[in-house]
Amino acid sequence: MSSSPVDATRRALARLARGYEAAYAVPFRRQQRRALRRQEDLFRLLALSEALGIPNPASFYTLELLPFLLEDFHAWHLRMGMEHSPVDGFRCC
Amino acid sequence: MTSWVLALFAFAAFFVGYRFYSKFLAEQVFRLDPEFKTPAHRFEDGIDFVPTNRFVLWGHHFTSVAGAAPIVGPAIAMIWGWGPALAWVLVGTVFIAGIHDFGTLWASARNRGVSMGAIARNVISPRAFNLFLLIIFFLMLMVNAVFAVIIGTLFTNFPASVIPYWMQIPIAIVIGWLIYRRGVGVLWPALIGLLLLLALVGVGAAVPVSLPETMGGMPSIAWWTAIMLAYGAIASRLPVWLLLQPRDFMNAHLLFIGLILIYLGVFVGRPEIVAPIYNTAVPPDTPPLLPLLFVTIACGAISGFHGLVSSGTTSKQISRETDARFIGYLGSTGEGLLAVAAILACAAGFATFDAWSAHYDSWAHASSSGIAAFVSGAGNFMAHLGLPVALGTTFVSMMVVCFAATSLDTSMRLQRFVLAELGRQYKLPALTNINFATALVFVLCVVLAFFADPERPGQGGMILWPLFGTTNQLTAALSLLILTLIFWYTRRPYLLTLIPFLFVATVTTWSMFINVGNYLAQGNLLLTGIGGLLLTLNVWLILEGVAAVRRPRQTSDVLESG
Repeated sequence: MSSSPVDATRRALARLARGYEAAYAVPFRRQQRRALRRQEDLFRLLALSEALGIPNPASFYTLELLPFLLEDFHAWHLRMGMEHSPVDGFRCC
Repeated sequence: MTSWVLALFAFAAFFVGYRFYSKFLAEQVFRLDPEFKTPAHRFEDGIDFVPTNRFVLWGHHFTSVAGAAPIVGPAIAMIWGWGPALAWVLVGTVFIAGIHDFGTLWASARNRGVSMGAIARNVISPRAFNLFLLIIFFLMLMVNAVFAVIIGTLFTNFPASVIPYWMQIPIAIVIGWLIYRRGVGVLWPALIGLLLLLALVGVGAAVPVSLPETMGGMPSIAWWTAIMLAYGAIASRLPVWLLLQPRDFMNAHLLFIGLILIYLGVFVGRPEIVAPIYNTAVPPDTPPLLPLLFVTIACGAISGFHGLVSSGTTSKQISRETDARFIGYLGSTGEGLLAVAAILACAAGFATFDAWSAHYDSWAHASSSGIAAFVSGAGNFMAHLGLPVALGTTFVSMMVVCFAATSLDTSMRLQRFVLAELGRQYKLPALTNINFATALVFVLCVVLAFFADPERPGQGGMILWPLFGTTNQLTAALSLLILTLIFWYTRRPYLLTLIPFLFVATVTTWSMFINVGNYLAQGNLLLTGIGGLLLTLNVWLILEGVAAVRRPRQTSDVLESG
């Protein structure tokens, strides 16, 4: 399938723009994603606090967030230094 | 002789080095394997390990390693004439820095992306890792003091750079906020920010800002130094997206614009070189060329800091092992080009020999005003392109200040991590506290900047330059030693790194002896102590390395296979 010079130029410019965006993001990607992960870990701790034995007056509201937090649950408890799931009744490993 | 011939010669040398020597290294020495699964793919986590396009990664690597140091070193070393400086930059870049930067990147990628310190633990001994950390700590301490003083010198000599530099901070903060908080694409904020910054060069030239010559008994340079160290401590505590990231991005543009304008000025204006090729009438306080040239020009010829960047971040993001040649070798070549630009500006940027020698009438003056010689010379180059000299010098001084300030707050941030690591190693939990570590770094830098040269408080950074260069070269020597050991164990041509190691280790140790002797003669106990400690660490680490040769190791102990 052949493409017109206009399409090829457009694709090249799009590649260039992506490279430019990447040049901005790459040097600090590590620090930013780490900071983001720390925030998410803290949020997860708060959302799961009732299950971990810490009273949480907002647990009724955080309950409905739990399904969204389970995706990364296994990696989270490993990061927190817990070899197995700390939540009774929920075994991920 | 005209400067453009030298520029062309340098380009040719770097081209031949990349085209032939790095190809030989890639194929015959490192034996790069395009099928090798790099750490970026093996441990991909979206945080540390991310496969990255080689052009983007080269840009990141180059702008991380290139800063004010490859400009300051050659600018001071011009006191011996342009010949020795140029020869060292060309030979150092092609035969030493190239294999060092390329090799550290390759060795780290073949060791799960760990740092050179961690490789030293494996290849030399566990003790070597701790020694390495201590040396890096002192290296960064000196970076902070030296760069704060360089900025103070530039603000005092070129008051036009004050407004553009300080106004870059709010511009960067707005860009960071737009991109990070508002989700705006990078292109337009970055371009508008850059145009604003260039417009501010004009404002700065029209409205120069100076502090009074002395305030409270301290000269203006000392005040600027203190202000910059306080700024560095505060900036290093801010989230990176707010200031460091957008400012680094703008600085990367300044670096490329500056390099292009300087070389265009050389080729369009073809200025004559007025500096001597070899200065036979060096001022009496000048230290001997041998070995001080080789530590005065550290970055730009060979720099241990590059190995830290190669093995710290670049090796975790390299997508294919074969990219190591392009990123590592060409990264060092880029810095060599910056050093050559500095030599040309200081050699041909003046109308007469007398104008040149005004900057180089004593070693102390060359140390403090070498950078001013570069700014004036590069500004004169830009005049050949139709840019008024005042604007050219303001642009160049702002560029150097921006580089130095970025190095300052990055180094303060990194030093915190090194302190935390030392705290964990030596069971000192206070060092892992981020606020305590920042305060400690700030206090140590102030002590160094204000007490290193008791006769000129606040300007001690420049007396540290030879010590900074020596420590930087020492770090490079250690990386070369590690590479030599890896080659030795894996039956590769180890002479290619052994000879540079022996050379760099010899000039480093020799220079350290001279430095410590000078500090002792001056009765400078602070620098005698630091220099003596570094000399001890230097000799200790080399002995550790020599002892490691006799330990039997298999290839799999020091390198991962595909």
